[in-house]
Amino acid sequence: MVVGKPVERVDAFDKVTGRAKYTADMFPENALIAKVLHSTIANGMVISFDLNDALKVPGVVKILTCFDVPDIQYPTPGHPWSTEKKHQDIADRKLLNTHVRFYGDDIAVVIAETELAAKRALDLIQVKYEEQKAVFTVADAMAPGAPLIHDEKPGNVIVHSNYEFGSFDSAITEQGLIKVEGTYHTQQVQHCHIENASSFAYMEGDRITVVSSTQIPHIVRRICTQALGCSFGSIRIIKPYIGGGFGNKQDALTEPLNAWLTTQVGGRCVGLFYTREETFVCTRTRHAMDFDITTYVRPDGSFAARRIVAYSNQGAYASHAHALVANAVNAFRMMYPVGAIKGDAYTVYTNIQTAGAMRAYGIPQIGFALEAHIDDIAARLKADRIALRQKNMMQLGYVDPGTTITCHSTGLQQCIDKGRKFIHWDEKAKQYEHQTGSVRHGIGMAIFCYKTGVYPISLETSACRMVLNQDGTVQLQMGATEIGQGADTVFSQMCADTVGIPLESVHVISTQDTDITPYDTGAYASRQTYVCGMAVKKTGLSLKRKILEFAAFMLHKDVSDLDLKDSWIVHTVSNEKLIALSDVAMEACYSLTNSHHIAAEETHHCSDNTYSFGACFADIDVDIPLCKIHVNNIINVHDSGTIINPLLATGQVHGGMSMGLGYGLLEQMLYDPKTGRTLDDNMLDYKLMTASDTPELNVQFVEPSDPTGPFGNKALGEPPVIPVAPAIRNALLNATGVAVDSIPLSPEHLFFEFKKAGLIK
Amino acid sequence: MDKQKITFTLNHEKREEYIDPRASLSEVLRGEFSLTSVKHGCNVGECGACTVLIDGETFNSCIYLAIWADGKDVLTLEGLSDVNGNISDIQQAFIDEGAIQCGFCTPGFIMSSLPIIESPRTFTRDEIRKQISGNFCRCTGYETIVNAIEKTANSRHKAK
Ligand code: FES
Ligand code: FES
Repeated sequence: MVVGKPVERVDAFDKVTGRAKYTADMFPENALIAKVLHSTIANGMVISFDLNDALKVPGVVKILTCFDVPDIQYPTPGHPWSTEKKHQDIADRKLLNTHVRFYGDDIAVVIAETELAAKRALDLIQVKYEEQKAVFTVADAMAPGAPLIHDEKPGNVIVHSNYEFGSFDSAITEQGLIKVEGTYHTQQVQHCHIENASSFAYMEGDRITVVSSTQIPHIVRRICTQALGCSFGSIRIIKPYIGGGFGNKQDALTEPLNAWLTTQVGGRCVGLFYTREETFVCTRTRHAMDFDITTYVRPDGSFAARRIVAYSNQGAYASHAHALVANAVNAFRMMYPVGAIKGDAYTVYTNIQTAGAMRAYGIPQIGFALEAHIDDIAARLKADRIALRQKNMMQLGYVDPGTTITCHSTGLQQCIDKGRKFIHWDEKAKQYEHQTGSVRHGIGMAIFCYKTGVYPISLETSACRMVLNQDGTVQLQMGATEIGQGADTVFSQMCADTVGIPLESVHVISTQDTDITPYDTGAYASRQTYVCGMAVKKTGLSLKRKILEFAAFMLHKDVSDLDLKDSWIVHTVSNEKLIALSDVAMEACYSLTNSHHIAAEETHHCSDNTYSFGACFADIDVDIPLCKIHVNNIINVHDSGTIINPLLATGQVHGGMSMGLGYGLLEQMLYDPKTGRTLDDNMLDYKLMTASDTPELNVQFVEPSDPTGPFGNKALGEPPVIPVAPAIRNALLNATGVAVDSIPLSPEHLFFEFKKAGLIK
Repeated sequence: MDKQKITFTLNHEKREEYIDPRASLSEVLRGEFSLTSVKHGCNVGECGACTVLIDGETFNSCIYLAIWADGKDVLTLEGLSDVNGNISDIQQAFIDEGAIQCGFCTPGFIMSSLPIIESPRTFTRDEIRKQISGNFCRCTGYETIVNAIEKTANSRHKAK
């Protein structure tokens, strides 16, 4: 059995030798290059272009503007399509836009023989705008008289949703309750995958092929058909290796425009490769969210009533829109599902860069706010921070009243126990009491819950195909995508164990090609090992049954007497080796009397979901005069059910922790409040964690087997990012007594907080 | 623009090539020589994905003009495997330690690790971290990359 073993990545050799091909590595020589002209105002109309000088640049083939594109508005988010109109994604942009809605909007494209010619021409295009007032914050966008960003949404509120479970108003009348209120803010950040948004497109016959760095090839295909107004069969998406996505590439980015561009030059190959600066400004970001939280708590620490109002800054276009803040306020309810709970959430258009999906989909935002709030409650009650959580947190068997998602397994208590021990919580808590001086120490922790897939909010479906080769090895084809997280490897492990062959006998096809690949919605929501793992299992069992049926025919035996183990057909009871799988496979292929192409394809329609859990514990130093936090020791402990591959799983946690540290300590997208222009659209000004900024990252797992997972497993890819920022914020509170309610906890920010608190002058 | 001739050593072989004098080394390595391990993550010297060795020193090849390579010795990741395709110890360590995820930063990190593992002195983990801080990785949190470099450096030292 290889499930549960730390086997090396199936793509490791290709990646360590530079053989692995990414989109730009496959771009044909002598193809055309497209460069997008981005708006230099944040809100207004394009009136006209003067293209005369630009068209004179040698090598320019064509210039297309917002006045040339099809008059079709289309949606971009990587959600499974809903056949019900009211659940469909918002179609609010064109391939190029006449009404520009942020500084950097796409308004024209130059297609040229070389990149240099395209860039030169871009600089020579003259644009006339009719500028309108722009709004960058939720408050300004919601204020009366605010400019209208999309005609379809008066007031700029895309969605306002609410829920109430139990009666909040009557719950708060209970005698003796203590009311704790807080307002928390999280900032806009960017995914910063090292490979920028990239694609190229060409035509064969009357069909368009787009090769793209995407997490969601089948969804991108659907979106291209919507944007161009063409049929599904006319679009083909190919996804090679991708250099990270983290949710940004769970959106149609360059593909729809690129697909249209090739049709404008007679089907010639056109490349559309975003620069780093464009990737920062013109793709997607993590939503900035504001939360007002009120808790009514009994003196014993149990929660009587909880209230949240959340505001999500969507930026210029809807993309994933309300789904994120809805996820956030749902998690608010799920994590501590006690007492009456009432929630409101708003998603609001503004004139900043568009926000979309990013690792853990709204939960790092609420995770920061909620876990900071829990420590604020503990401070107010002078209660034990961990005991307060334990008293109120989700327990086994919980059924969320809003979504019906059920807690089928939980190792949260063990996660807390392990983290507490590792960080020496109890000793440190005593040691760090009553500190004075300029460098102070603190410990903090935070917990989280995370749902594994998107059921029942959206469709969950996954298909897998396995083909038996003549030598008894198996080609494994997944609609699910490898984006660096190790999906190809864990699917191969699952395939090997289910079929009964060694791992080396599984050949996973890493490239998705919508002409060939079975349907799957793609890499997001930490769904793949859970949802697509089930498709592998189902397909593996089906392939094995077909193999055994053919072997039974060959051996004149009853199929129920046969099993497949380690590439041998064996007798179920005696385990006697009867015939090698390779002999069965050869006979099946070349039999003169009974040839069979042995292959299996199955769809798993998933109708379940489950929660994973975890905790982060951090031990920090705070240098008050320098306003600087130093992380001495940090650990994430995760319950993701059974771990399929400990080596890869640990790597996922490392990466998430690093992203969480960046979120909590350094990263923030900044824009000029006058123009809306992004100020830190590059990797020098935007403060990404380097190896020197990163402390040693400690990881542990607890592994309760989840009864609904294909191998007892549940979500892992996204969750590690969630608890890190609040754990550090709570350690800062522990060290200094200063409750900081917004991130990042950068020196620039802490300076003002410490000043306000009187710690520095 | 007229092309200019450069003569240089590339992955242990003498080469002559006529190139655009405005081209960056990374463009030439990718375009003329199909050495696609040299990645572009920013094109302006920020991310380290295009790191190569020039006369044994690490450079961001995206901001190094190809004509400057005239007379120099350039090494890319492709030059680390032997003629039979056997990989080097540092590449193997990246595999063993799980230091690869999406793999886009990997060539650059391996090239940046060469001066560390080839140095006669020993580096602490903190020093290794500092040495590789010109390379970004968004996937691994650097932990396993530091492990791979440290392990290889230690075993090379032991072998001496
Ligand atoms: S591509 Fe050269 S440093 Fe980023
Ligand atoms: S492995 Fe993806 S950026 Fe390093």
